This record gives sequence, C-alpha cells and structure tokens, in this order.
Amino acid sequence: MTQRKRLSNTQSSSQSKRQPSSLVAQEEDDDATFTQPSTSQVQRGLEKLTPAQIDQKTAEVVQYFLVKDQKKIPVRRADLVKHVVKEYRNIYPEIIKRASRTFDQVFGLKLVEIDAKTHMYILINKLETAEGISPINSPANPKMGLLFVILSVIFMKGGVVRENVIWNTLKKLRVDPGEKHEEFGDVKKLVTDEFVRQRYLEYVRIPHTEPAEYEFHWGQRADIEVSKAKILEFMGQLHEQDPQSWTQQYREAHSCPSSTQASTSSQR
Amino acid sequence: MSRQMGDSHRRFLQIMMVNGIVDEHEARTLYQHCCERHNTQHVPDKLDEFIDIINSKLQPMFMQIRKGMSEDNGQQYYALVNMAETDVTRMSSDYADNELELFRKTMDLIVNTENGKASSTDILNSADTMTTKKLKKSETEHLLNRLVSDKWLSEKRGEYTLSTRCIIEMEPYIRTMYQDQVKVCHICHNIAFQCQICEKPTCGIKIHNPCVARYFKGRAEPRCPACDDFWPHEIPEVRRPHSQSRR
Repeated sequence: MTQRKRLSNTQSSSQSKRQPSSLVAQEEDDDATFTQPSTSQVQRGLEKLTPAQIDQKTAEVVQYFLVKDQKKIPVRRADLVKHVVKEYRNIYPEIIKRASRTFDQVFGLKLVEIDAKTHMYILINKLETAEGISPINSPANPKMGLLFVILSVIFMKGGVVRENVIWNTLKKLRVDPGEKHEEFGDVKKLVTDEFVRQRYLEYVRIPHTEPAEYEFHWGQRADIEVSKAKILEFMGQLHEQDPQSWTQQYREAHSCPSSTQASTSSQR
Repeated sequence: MSRQMGDSHRRFLQIMMVNGIVDEHEARTLYQHCCERHNTQHVPDKLDEFIDIINSKLQPMFMQIRKGMSEDNGQQYYALVNMAETDVTRMSSDYADNELELFRKTMDLIVNTENGKASSTDILNSADTMTTKKLKKSETEHLLNRLVSDKWLSEKRGEYTLSTRCIIEMEPYIRTMYQDQVKVCHICHNIAFQCQICEKPTCGIKIHNPCVARYFKGRAEPRCPACDDFWPHEIPEVRRPHSQSRR
C-alpha cells in the first residue's frame, strides 16, 4: 500500500519476514558500516558543531521517529543513521540521548531499544492509556480492539497459544481469517504480519511440525505497553468473575507493577 | 504558574498528534479532561496559555499547535502543524508521488478560482495531465475520499475546498507558491479562498464569508470597507459558536 511508500524504501528487508535467517544477515550487513563511537570521539565531534546544528539534527531524528510511530513500525539504527543522522554519526549517542529526553519530557513517550543485537527502537507511551482515552471523537482504531482480544487469549492461556486457537476465537466473534473483513481487510495478514511487525505479537513456527504449525506469543511492545492487570480486569467484567480467581494470571499481572507506567511519576 | 510541561500537557499533545485538528470547543473539553486526569489545576480561560507552554517545548522540534479560523463556519480551530516541511512533502509518508501530484493540481485549481472551490469533474480532468504515473478514475475518487478523511480537503456537494487544517498548516507554503493569486481577507488578514469579493474592479478586496457576516452584522447598508462602494452580496448570518457543525 501507498502508506508504506517511504517505509518500503528503508525497510524493504523486513518484508521478507518468512526467511528470518536472511533478514538477520542483511541487518547485520547494514549495521556493520556503523560502529558506535567512543565517548571521546563524541566529545571531539561535539566541539566541532554549533548547538544549533546539534538541535537541528536532534529535531530531525525526533520527527523521523514520530513518523514511523504513526504506523508503529520499529526503527532500525542502521536506517536511522543512513537516512537521518548521516554525517553526524560520530555524535550518534549524544543525539539519541537528546531525542530520548525530548520524547520523555515533551511527548510523554519512551524511546526503547527492543533488540540490542539488531538495534531496533520503538516508542512507548508513558501515559496510561485507559479505554475511552479521549473525550472527543478521535479516529477510533478498531484494530486495537482486535489486538486486545488476541493478547487476552494468549495471556489467559498461559502466554502461548497455537494459531488455530486464535482463529477459532476470532471466528466466534465473526471475524473470519479466511475472508476479507470490512474493517480489518485481510485478517490473517493483519494478525500475522502487521501486528508482528509492530512488535505486538510474535508468530513462530512450532519446531518439528510437518506441515508447519505456528503459535502466538506476546511481542515486546505488548510486554511493555499493555497492562496485564487491565486485561484481567476486562476478563473479570466479561465473565462476571473476580480477577483474583485466576490465581496464576493474577499473580503474574501484579508481580512486576506494569513496568513503564508505574515508573512514570518518579521520572520528573 | 509553572512554565514546565506536566503530564496534562503531554496527554493533550498526544491527542493532538492523533487528531491533527480539533475545534475550539473540543480543545476546551480536552484541556479540562487532561487536567482532571492528572490532577492539575484547570483554569477554563487559560487554554491558550496552556497551549503556549506546549508550544515553547515544541518549537525546537519545528512543530506548533496553531490556531486558525474555518472559512466555512468561522469557528476557531487548533491544528498541530509541522514547520520543518511546510509544503506538500509533509504528506509524503502517507501518499505516493503521483497522489501528491494530484493533490498539488487540486490546490492549483482551488487557488485559481474565485470562490475557492474545485469540482470533482475538474479534478478528474486534471488527472489526465499528470506527469507521474497516471491515476485511474476510480483511483482518483478513492484518493479524494482519503484526502477528505485525512482532513486535507473538504467536500460539499461534489465540490472540494482546502480544509481548515490544510490552510492552517500550509499557509506559508501557499503564500510563497501562489504569491500572485492568493489574496488575504480584508478583515482578518488571513489568506482567503471561500469569500466574497468587492465588485468594483479597481478595488476587488476579498472577505471571508464568516468575516462578512460579523463585519456587516447590524449595518443598514453594507458598503465595502476599502472603497465604500455598495456591497452587493448576500450577507450570511453569524453562526453561533459551539454549534455541532463540523468542518
């Protein structure tokens, strides 16, 4: 689709989702051209630049992340350096530091590296986003509703489910993965491709299955952004049951006080 | 009052990023919602000060929440604008090159008419003269719908106008690109597309319809504020603010 025009230039490699090995190889290839500069290199680099130049570059990096974030697409460090940072690569750590500070202080977002090996970044919302977040008519995003259902099923089934469990659940909700849905379009593609690329879900082949069978896990973004306690609360309402009655899930949901959101208030 | 941003400001900004544009009434509701949500003081008349704090932090990012009037109903709107790319390339992450070309052509058509409107037929015809990959008729229609739902264009009875968001955001670009064609409203001094024009050829000033309504309200005989000639157009009613009509 045209919406991915700019992305397709920069992230064409991520389209080849089906061959994870070649994907990794290419990423390492691209990234090899960039080595993280040392502290003293950064220091020397900064001395040669005016504050205005550094601010300008930081602003460009912030804009780049915001554009990608509209589609919830992770940003690869290699792409960021190649397309935005460019000749400022020698002060890259400083620019990332300033960009994260801006996201934190101005936008209420947190810049998170989700993969230390391939250097992927995503933006995570630090402000708690309860249901019915906005009092005005925001462009509703029905896809998020669908995602919430899928994440709930995975969580309630102990963190991993075979794909047919998800498809059967969706069919009960009259969302048939085999048919084109009015709102979601190609449901199978949305779930196994878009949500996966956005890091909400992981879709992995179960080893030694022939023909291949797949299962779903929570993705890294979901781990950080979605509150398990909220899901349990929602389940409680749905089944008219006390959330505490799901002992194991309740313990998990309340063991690590939903990571980012709880820490928000402590950070200025 | 503190000039520092708090979570109420951040939430307001996040919602602006999702919506792009909100009318004044919505902005006020949102302001109250964000303050209550984060237990900060809500002073009903201080919306603009609240936004100023956000803007002071957005400025280094070349972004701004800017206020502007709807040419259609005269209401105030707030739009989150990107000043780094004030031209059409701003839209390049959402639209393909040939789609942007069609949007530019639509803009050309609108700027070059007296009433600031372009008919769907004219836009479809202009698609024939595209230099990039041509759009089929159905593709053009689909694109126009998208431009409307993304709030770059407005549509009424098959006629397209530049939306309030588009005018607020692209005003600097429009002023430079169409220096000779674009005129400003004699009353509010913003660029004017949908407007009334003084019929005296040597005068020919433009006034936005809502500005006309406000300026001539209660005057017995409407005269041009520039040349004092008789103002021959129908004077629209002043619209009540906070009516439910939307862009």
